[in-house]
Amino acid sequence: MTADLIFYALALLTLLPAFWVVLSPNIVHAGFALLFTLFGAAGLYAWMGADFIAITQLMVYVGGVLVLILFTVMMTRVPQSGRKLHGFDGLVPPAVIGLAILAVLWKVITGTQWASQGLGEVQPTTAEIGVNFMTNYIFPFEFVSLVLLAAMIGAAILIRERKQGDDESANEDTEVSS
Amino acid sequence: MTVGLTHFLFIGAVLFSLGLLAVMTRRNAVGILMGVELMLNASNINFVAFSRYVEHSINGQIMSAFVIVLAAAEAAVALAIVLALFRNFGTPNADTVQSLKR
Repeated sequence: MTADLIFYALALLTLLPAFWVVLSPNIVHAGFALLFTLFGAAGLYAWMGADFIAITQLMVYVGGVLVLILFTVMMTRVPQSGRKLHGFDGLVPPAVIGLAILAVLWKVITGTQWASQGLGEVQPTTAEIGVNFMTNYIFPFEFVSLVLLAAMIGAAILIRERKQGDDESANEDTEVSS
Repeated sequence: MTVGLTHFLFIGAVLFSLGLLAVMTRRNAVGILMGVELMLNASNINFVAFSRYVEHSINGQIMSAFVIVLAAAEAAVALAIVLALFRNFGTPNADTVQSLKR
């Protein structure tokens, strides 16, 4: 019973800020709402007994990705950078598409007879995940580390300072309409 | 009603729809990236839920660890692109960057 209550609290912590991520006109508020959503998701992983994934979520998402996102938001701040809302015209078609997809997913989730065997026995997963990374999943593991290296080098190359004269022609025909 | 697999699947479905909505409605490129992160989290929740409720094995959790790593790499590259965009165009909005168009 207590576990159920904790689950519902975590679900609210995940879903309510997610609405704010989508609907907030202020992108900084959306970023901080994303913080709570990611915390809630980490709590849900912990609730299910996936301790390694929960801690990884906290370290990588909350400690890394979210900080990067907030940095970028604050470095690219221009006045009125939010959404342009002409009444609700701009929001209706996406909302219809989103609700349609949610309806389809809801139909699938409720209509399927899942082979659920209940929550398995909860035990530490870190050692098992580590062994699997080094045996069954050795190729994806190495491949993903290569992808990370490539992404790091790519990001560094993308944001390096250009030499003078490089981007003069690029700046001539750009149009800033904000 | 006791908490089961469908509860987690429902959370995943709602998160995915919200992420899709953010991708479709946000003009700011960072907002679009936030929507992508929401969708990746939805898939992660589903992976872990199936791993814990149906298969009782570790494979789903390993898959979600890979998803987290790829999301981090994707966020790094995407934010570098947004910063380069901001330096060249003076705006982080995705719909004002159309110099190829004319």
